[in-house]
Order: sequence, then C-alpha cells, then structure tokens
Amino acid sequence: MLKSNALKGLGLIIGLVIVLILMWASVLYGYTDITSQMIIDSFTNFDESNEHYIIQDNRIPRSLIAAAVGASLAIAGAIMQGLTNNPLASPTIFGVNAGASFFVVFGVTFLGITSLQSFAWLAFAGAAVASVTVYLLGSLGSDGLTPIKITLAGAAIAALFSSMTQGMLAMNETALEQVLFWLTGSVQGRSLEILMSVLPYLIVGWFVALLLGKHLNVLVMGEELAKGLGQKTYLIKLAGALAVVLLSGGAVAIAGPIGFIGIVIPHIARWFAGISYSWVIPYSAIIGAMLLLLADIAARYVIYPQEAPVGVMIALVGVPFFIYIARRGINE
Amino acid sequence: MKAIQTEQLSLGYKDELVIEELDLTIPKGEITAFIGSNGCGKSTLLKSLARLLKPKDGSVELAGKDIDKTSTKEIARQLAIMPQSPQAPEGLTVLQLVKQGRYPYQSWYKQWSEEDEDAVQYALDVTGIKEFEDRTVDSLSGGQRQRAWIAMTLAQDTDIILLDEPTTFLDLTHQIDILDLLSELNEQEGRTIVMVLHDLNLACRYADHIVAIQGKSVFEQGDPDEIITPQLIHSVFGLQCQVTCDPICGSPMCIPYSRQRQVKGANRYAAQQVQAN
Repeated sequence: MLKSNALKGLGLIIGLVIVLILMWASVLYGYTDITSQMIIDSFTNFDESNEHYIIQDNRIPRSLIAAAVGASLAIAGAIMQGLTNNPLASPTIFGVNAGASFFVVFGVTFLGITSLQSFAWLAFAGAAVASVTVYLLGSLGSDGLTPIKITLAGAAIAALFSSMTQGMLAMNETALEQVLFWLTGSVQGRSLEILMSVLPYLIVGWFVALLLGKHLNVLVMGEELAKGLGQKTYLIKLAGALAVVLLSGGAVAIAGPIGFIGIVIPHIARWFAGISYSWVIPYSAIIGAMLLLLADIAARYVIYPQEAPVGVMIALVGVPFFIYIARRGINE
Repeated sequence: MKAIQTEQLSLGYKDELVIEELDLTIPKGEITAFIGSNGCGKSTLLKSLARLLKPKDGSVELAGKDIDKTSTKEIARQLAIMPQSPQAPEGLTVLQLVKQGRYPYQSWYKQWSEEDEDAVQYALDVTGIKEFEDRTVDSLSGGQRQRAWIAMTLAQDTDIILLDEPTTFLDLTHQIDILDLLSELNEQEGRTIVMVLHDLNLACRYADHIVAIQGKSVFEQGDPDEIITPQLIHSVFGLQCQVTCDPICGSPMCIPYSRQRQVKGANRYAAQQVQAN
C-alpha cells in the first residue's frame, strides 16, 4: 500500500500515463498492422486509405470505449461496495447489469427500438429497476439491510433477469442475431456515436463518484454513526445509487454486460490506495480502464486471427479472483 | 441549567410505544446515567436525544431549540453520540478513525484545517492512544479500542457526549478506566455526559444524576444518594436487594439477594447479621 498522500497522488498520475499508453497500444495492435506515424497522419493528413479508416472508425472508438467502460464499471463497483458495506457488491453480482441488459433486449425485441439514445435510457431504467428491487429485497425483515441478504437478493434478481432475457431471445431469432455479440460484452464494433451519446451521463457519474469518497468513508462505519456525525445518509445513498445507475447503465448500453470489473478492481485499488474511498474511487477508475484496455488487446490475439469477446477474457481473470474474495469474506 | 430537554416525548418502533409522553431534563455539565432493565427503552431514549430516532410524538430540545428543526450538522457540533459496540471497517487506523470526528466541520469547499488537526491531536492525547495512532482499530485490545472511539467523539468537539453502554464487553479494570476518563472530561472541561450503564454500582459511583426508566417512562430521577433504595431497585428491576454504602466512594451500592446461593465461609456470621437487619 502506498502510505503518504503524495505517493498516492503520484501513483494516480503514473496510472493515468499507463492508461494513455495502453490506449495508444489499443489503436496500434490488431489484425491490421498500424504504426504510430499512421495514427498521427490519420488526424493531420487523412488519405482515405484502408488503415486510416480502421484507425478512425474502429480502433480509436474501441480504445476510448474500453477506457470509459472499464473506469465506469470499476467506479460503480467501488460505490456499491461502500454503500452496502459488502466486499462482494458489484453491478454484476447485484443484478444491475442483468437488469440493464434485460431492458435493452426487451426494447429491441418487442418495441423495435434501434436508436442509440433510447438504448441508453432503457439501460438506465433497467439498472435503476434492478438496483431498487435488490435494495428493497435485501432490506426486508426486522434486521434491515444485511450483507448476506442483499447478496442473495442480487443473485436472485440477476438470475431472474438473465433467464428472462434468454427466454426472449429464444423466442425471437432475429433479435438474437442483433444482440448476441452485444450480450457477451464487447467494446469492438461500436461507433464513436454510441460513446458520445452516453458520455454526458458517464461524466456526471464520475463527478458524483469523486465527490462521494469522503462521505462513503463515514457511511461505512454504520448508519447510526454517520447520522451522529451529521451526515444526511439518505442523500449520500441517493447520490451513490444515481452514480451507480448512470455508470453501470451507461456502460451496459455501450458494451453490453461485462462482468467482474466492478467486483475485482476496487479490491485491487485498495492494495494500492488503502481503504479510504477518496482514493479507492479514482484508483478504481484508472485500474478499471487499464484492465479493460489490456483484456481487449489480448482478446485480439488469443484465437488469432479471430477475436474473442472481451467479456470472456475478463471472466477468465475475474473468476479466480472472485472466488478468492468470496472465501476471504466468508472466513471473516 | 439544562443541556437537553424532552417534551411529551413518545418513542417506539412500528405500532409499539417504548417511551410514552416523557418530560425529561438532562442537567448541563453533569454526568447522567440511564438505568433500567433490558428492553426498557433506555437505549432508544438515548438515540432519540441524538436525533437518530424520530419521535412518534413530542419533541427533543437541544439548547432550547427543537432538534427536528436544527440542521443535523449543527447538532453534530453540539452533541456527539457513541453507539453501542461500534464497528470500524477492516484496516482503518486509529488516526483515520479519530479524524472522522471532524466530519461535521467540513464541507466541499472547506478542507482539513489547523483547527481540525488540533482537535484530533487533543483527542489522541487526552485518551492516551497517541502511541497507537498508526495501528489499525481491529488490532487493538477492547479497552484501547473503546478509547479510540471515545477519541473520535472527542474530536467532534461537542459540549455534550452521549454514550450507549461504553463499558460493555470490557473487563472490570477497563470499565473503571473508561469511566474515570469520562469523569475527568466532565470535571476538567465541564462536558455534559449522558450514558446508558448496565452496572448499577458503577452508575451510582460515577453519575451525578440517575434516570431510572421503567414502564415507558421515568420511574425516578435524581442524585443517586437520594433515589437509590431497595424499593426503587425492586420496582425498576424486579430484584430484591440491599443498599449499602460503597466503602471507597461512599455512593450507594446494591447487593442482590439470590434464590440459590448459600452463605458460607468465615464471613457467615457477619453476613447473617446484615441479613437480620
């Protein structure tokens, strides 16, 4: 763990530089050979060559999307872990991503929706419905919200939404073709337009998240203690829930449900930054972006010349880590 | 002088009332202890005084102002509450914990100030945990941990401190240690202290003012020397006892009868004399 604030700040800057390098690498590497000179030329001197089109229409959107989605999912996970005081909390485990996906698929199959803007709103609505349902189910009973109840509620809601999504797709083959690649989670083949239509919401989410850090530090000590210190706990929870819905809903709208980033990254962030959410949140953003960029680059080579969906790549890394955290959580 | 006052206060959960139409005054600059049997509502009452529980009816006044109409941050600068057996997140250091006490003084534009730093250093010094400031809270012993939590409430720099059973789970040595610390804070700095205490004899020893709660209201309140009698203990706790004098502090001391235990040993004669009286 980095001890002083100066070191932590320095770590963030180094992380940011690594993210930028990875974003550059994400444009460089893949089936088509690209050089750094070509990237610069594609901006300054666009010559309508195949390479320049690939850079501008494919690789650059892909690189920006991977960074934005990775950061957003990781921040959403960190906030959820703070709000529920539960190390297993994340958009996937608590069914938020499944809810967002269900709404999007529902819109595609039954409402014939194709516009990107409505895609985003469906995903936000789905994320919100799932969050509220899980929160209410987890709070049932006299002992209020407990980590175990909310995890069970999340698992149940995630399973419910996923199976309903699968049911809809089984009934409708054309819709299946449209959304299958999206459903496995991928940052490839998305236009810059999708990112741009969702980006304003993501930025609001990032901003709220950065302001929430020190308030979450107080909230994790317990609701009564936080109230005693003069915190309006309902306001903090509401702001946190809003950020989670915007970030995970937005990420799902762009890339489909990508799991494990939300649960794994905040824990890695804590290794570097300690337990204060003022640091955990920005570190999650940086490391989340790094992981998704790396996984997306790796996805181009594992079954070369074909590409693996990045969601699958992340899961390969995420599953062992998840088991590790779950076991540690149970032992304590 | 009054620190806190309740008017026709009714408290409860769902449909069940725990406290009914209570008028209570907490004297300023004194140590007040709430006593009563399990589930009598003393913790509930303490929470409501700190606006953690909304009254069903009636009001709580802090410095003459209804707490329901005062901003929660403003209250946090006048009154601190330490819940029963609070839990620190894993890995939180003592210094980080104590710093949280400054939360009510911060806002998005006002960051850490010299005043905040002074308050934290003072709290660490006065509770004697300065040497542990870099240790994590979960690595401390029970007594040290309780001191760390008290340090956090002290960093809040309030005239009134409420504590819900600050000595639970501590051995006798550390119970005395914590109560001595609170007593010093009261005597040297004039802080008003209100606490829920289970141990009657320690309550009598340390409190200036005892509030005995029974039957959804205050059964009796006042100076322990005047109000603690076998009749009161029987009415409040349903326990037969004798009240004698604490040989060290002179405060009332309750010694309960029991159904089973037989008098034995060298002190039998003396004990029988006492019983005969």
